[in-house]
Amino acid sequence: MEQNFSFFTRLSMAIKMIFSGSYTQELFINMAPKVEEPEEVEQPEIALQENSTDSAMQLLAVLQKEGRLIDFINEDINAFADEQVAAAARVVHQGVKKSLSEHVTFQPVASVTEGDAVSLAADYDRNAYRLSGNISGSAPYNGTLIHKGWKVESLSLPAVAEGTDLSVVAPAEVEL
Amino acid sequence: MEEQIQAKYAIGIDLGTTHCVLSYTDLQTEDDTPEQQVFAIPQLVAAGQVEAREALPSFAFFPHEAQFDHQQLPLPWSQSHNLIGSFARDLGAKTPDRVISSAKSWLCHGEIDRRGAILPLEAPEDVSKRSPYEISRFFLEHLKNAWDNQYPEAPIAQQQLVITVPASFDPAARELTVDAARDAGLHQATLLEEPQAALYSWIAQSGEQWREQVNVGDVILVVDIGGGTTDLSLIAVTEEDGSLQLNRVAVGDHILLGGDNMDITLAHVVAQKLAQQGQRLQPWQISGLAHACRHAKETLLAENDTQSVPLVVPSRGSSLMGGSLRAELTREEVNNVLIDGFFPQVDVHAQVQRRARAALSTVSLPYEQDPAITRHLASFLTKQKFATQNLQGTEQPHDANFLHPTAILFNGGVAKAGNVIARITDTVNQWLANDNASPIKSLEGIDVDQAVAKGASYYAQVRIGNGVRIRGGTAAAYYVGIESAMPAIPGLAPPMEALCLAPFGMEEGTQAQLPAQTFALTVGEPVRFKFYESKVRRDDVSGVRLDYWQDEELSELPEIEVTLHSEHHQAGQTVNVQLQAAINELGTLVLNAIEQGGSGNWHVQFETRAH
Repeated sequence: MEQNFSFFTRLSMAIKMIFSGSYTQELFINMAPKVEEPEEVEQPEIALQENSTDSAMQLLAVLQKEGRLIDFINEDINAFADEQVAAAARVVHQGVKKSLSEHVTFQPVASVTEGDAVSLAADYDRNAYRLSGNISGSAPYNGTLIHKGWKVESLSLPAVAEGTDLSVVAPAEVEL
Repeated sequence: MEEQIQAKYAIGIDLGTTHCVLSYTDLQTEDDTPEQQVFAIPQLVAAGQVEAREALPSFAFFPHEAQFDHQQLPLPWSQSHNLIGSFARDLGAKTPDRVISSAKSWLCHGEIDRRGAILPLEAPEDVSKRSPYEISRFFLEHLKNAWDNQYPEAPIAQQQLVITVPASFDPAARELTVDAARDAGLHQATLLEEPQAALYSWIAQSGEQWREQVNVGDVILVVDIGGGTTDLSLIAVTEEDGSLQLNRVAVGDHILLGGDNMDITLAHVVAQKLAQQGQRLQPWQISGLAHACRHAKETLLAENDTQSVPLVVPSRGSSLMGGSLRAELTREEVNNVLIDGFFPQVDVHAQVQRRARAALSTVSLPYEQDPAITRHLASFLTKQKFATQNLQGTEQPHDANFLHPTAILFNGGVAKAGNVIARITDTVNQWLANDNASPIKSLEGIDVDQAVAKGASYYAQVRIGNGVRIRGGTAAAYYVGIESAMPAIPGLAPPMEALCLAPFGMEEGTQAQLPAQTFALTVGEPVRFKFYESKVRRDDVSGVRLDYWQDEELSELPEIEVTLHSEHHQAGQTVNVQLQAAINELGTLVLNAIEQGGSGNWHVQFETRAH
C-alpha cells in the first residue's frame, strides 16, 4: 500500500520525529541484537534541509566583480536609452561569461537537438527530465525535446577564511 | 656531478613577466609518453578567499596596514606571507604605487642595482622597497609552498626541476634567477631558455610526428612575443648517427616589447578619438580602456568578418548604464596601429631605429624605442647570417643576405592573433623570395599560454630519461676588456682589447681552457673588468685577444668584479691570476680567478649594481 502524505504532513512528521526522540530510540534498537520482525513496507521519511547560503553569496560576489550583475539589475532600466543599456549589457555579458567559465562548467542534459524526438523509459531520471503537455499512458514516453536542459558538470568556488562576512558581495570603495 | 635524487615528478616553471605557470610530468607512470599537466596554484583572489588557478599573475602588492585585517589575507600554508597573484594584480590596478609588476624585466636591466631595493619605484613611505631579485624569489617561494602543501610526500625540492628564462638574459640575470631559486629552497633548479621550452612543448605534443615535420637542414625560427618581451631563437636540425639532432645556434637581443605595449597603444588611439569628440578621460579610464582593447584586439586580429567591436569602460560607481564610457574600435584602426605599427613590412636590411635617450631620464625600464618587431627580426636574421656555418647540412647559399629560416614556431599571447602571425610569416616569406629561397613552413599546435611551462617539464623529464635534447650551450662568447699597453696620449683613453674567456657554445658542466693572460691583482682590493659578450663570433677560442672588432659584434655588459681575500696572502700583496670560465651544472656562467703557480681560487662576480 502506498502512502501519500502531503508535503506539510511529511514536514510535521519529520519535525515530530526529531523532537520525540525516535532517532535516538532507533539508535538503541540498531545496537541491540537484531530481532526478525515481519517487514513492513514504508516510504522512507524525507528530510528537508536548508542549504547554507554561503556559496550562493560567494557566487553573487563572483558575478558582481567582473560582470557587475548586481549593479545592472538594481538600476532602473527604463531611465536609459537602448544604447546605454546595450553598452552595460556588454560589460555584464563579457564579465559574467568570463567569471562563470572560471568557476562552472555546464553540459546539456539531453544530447539530441531541440525539436527532435525523445523516448523516455519507465525508469527515466525524474530529476533530469520534466514531462509537459499531454501526459498519459505508460512508458516509453515519446515526445519532442523542447529545451535541452543544463547540468552543472563542475562547480568550484574559492576557499574562504574563517570569519569572512560573505554577505558583503561587493565592498564599498573609497578612493584616497 | 649531479646529485641523484629520487624524483617522482619532472617539474617546469615558467617564471613569466606577467604570469607564472607550473607544469609537471609524472615520472612513475607506466605510460611511455606521460603528459605534461598544469598545476593549479592556490592564491588570494579576493579578501579572505583563496582559489587555485592555472596561472599565478606575476604581481606583488604591499598593502597599507589599515587596508586589511590579518585574517583577510590567509593562504593554506601560511598566515604571514607576501601578497602575490590575482588579488595583488587587481589591487595594483587601483593602487599602482604599491604594486610590483614586470620584476623580471628589471632583473635583466644592466643599469640598475638588481639586488638593490628599488621597487616599487614610487612606493609610499610605509612600503619597504624590494629588489628585482627578491621579487623573483617571492614568486618561487609561493610556487614551492603551493606544491609542497598539495604534495607533502613529494616536496618540490626533491623533484627534477627546470626554470625558464628568456634566451636573451645576460649571465648576471641568469645567476640572479638561480640565486632566487636557491634562496627559495630550490637548489636543484636548472635553467632553460624560453624559446627552447616552446619547441620542446611542440615536440612533446607532436609525439614521434615531429621527425616527419622537420628534416636535416631545417632552421627553425622561434618567435616568442609575450606580454612584455619578445624573444627570438634559431634552432638548426642536423643529423648524427642516423637520428635528428637539434642545435640552438643563435638567440636575439633583449627586446622589451610585447602585447601590453599594443593594448596601451590602442587605448591611446581610442582616447584620442574620444578627445576629438570633447571627452577627456581620467587615468583610470585609460587603463580600463586598455583592458577593453585587449579583448577587442583578440577579436579584430583574428581572421574573421568582424569590422568593429564596441568598447565599454564600466563606471567605477554602481550606476553601470549611466556611468559607463562607450567607444568603438575598428578593424581598420587595429590594422593601421598594430599590424602596420608593430609589424610593418620592412626590407630585410632595415635597421632598428634608436634615438638618443634624454639625458635626464628617470629610472625606468629600457623599453624598446623602435616598436617594429619585424625590424628587430630583420636585424636579428641579418646579424646571424653565418649562424649555421659550423654545422653540417644547414649550408646557406653564398649570396644569402640573411640567415634563411625554413620553419617558424610562434609562442606567447600575441601568437593567438591570426593576423599577426600572417603578417610576420608574409614578411619573412617576402625576404626569402627576394633571396630566391622557398617559403617558410609553420609548426603549429602548441598552447601558447602554457607551452613554456610544459616544455620545461618535458625537458626536466628528458634530462633524466630518454628523448630529444636541444644542443646549444652558451649563445654568446664572453670577453674581458684589457687596456692596451701603449704610450699615454693626452685626452685619449687607452684603446681596449678584448680577451676571450668563454667561447661560443660552451655546454653545461664544462670548463674553458685557461687563457695564458695573467693579471696582477692586489689582495684585498676590488678590481673591476669591462665585460663583453658576442652573439656572432663563433670561432674565438678562450685566450684569443681582439684588438679590433665591429661595433655590432661585441656588446658591453655590466662590469665584473673580483676581490682577492685570502689567509695565505697579506693585504697589499700582488698575486698573478688567470681568469677561467666554466658553465656549471645549472647552466649558468661562472668566472674564477685562479692563482698562477699557487692554490688560490676566487669567485668573480657579475656586477649587478649600478655604476
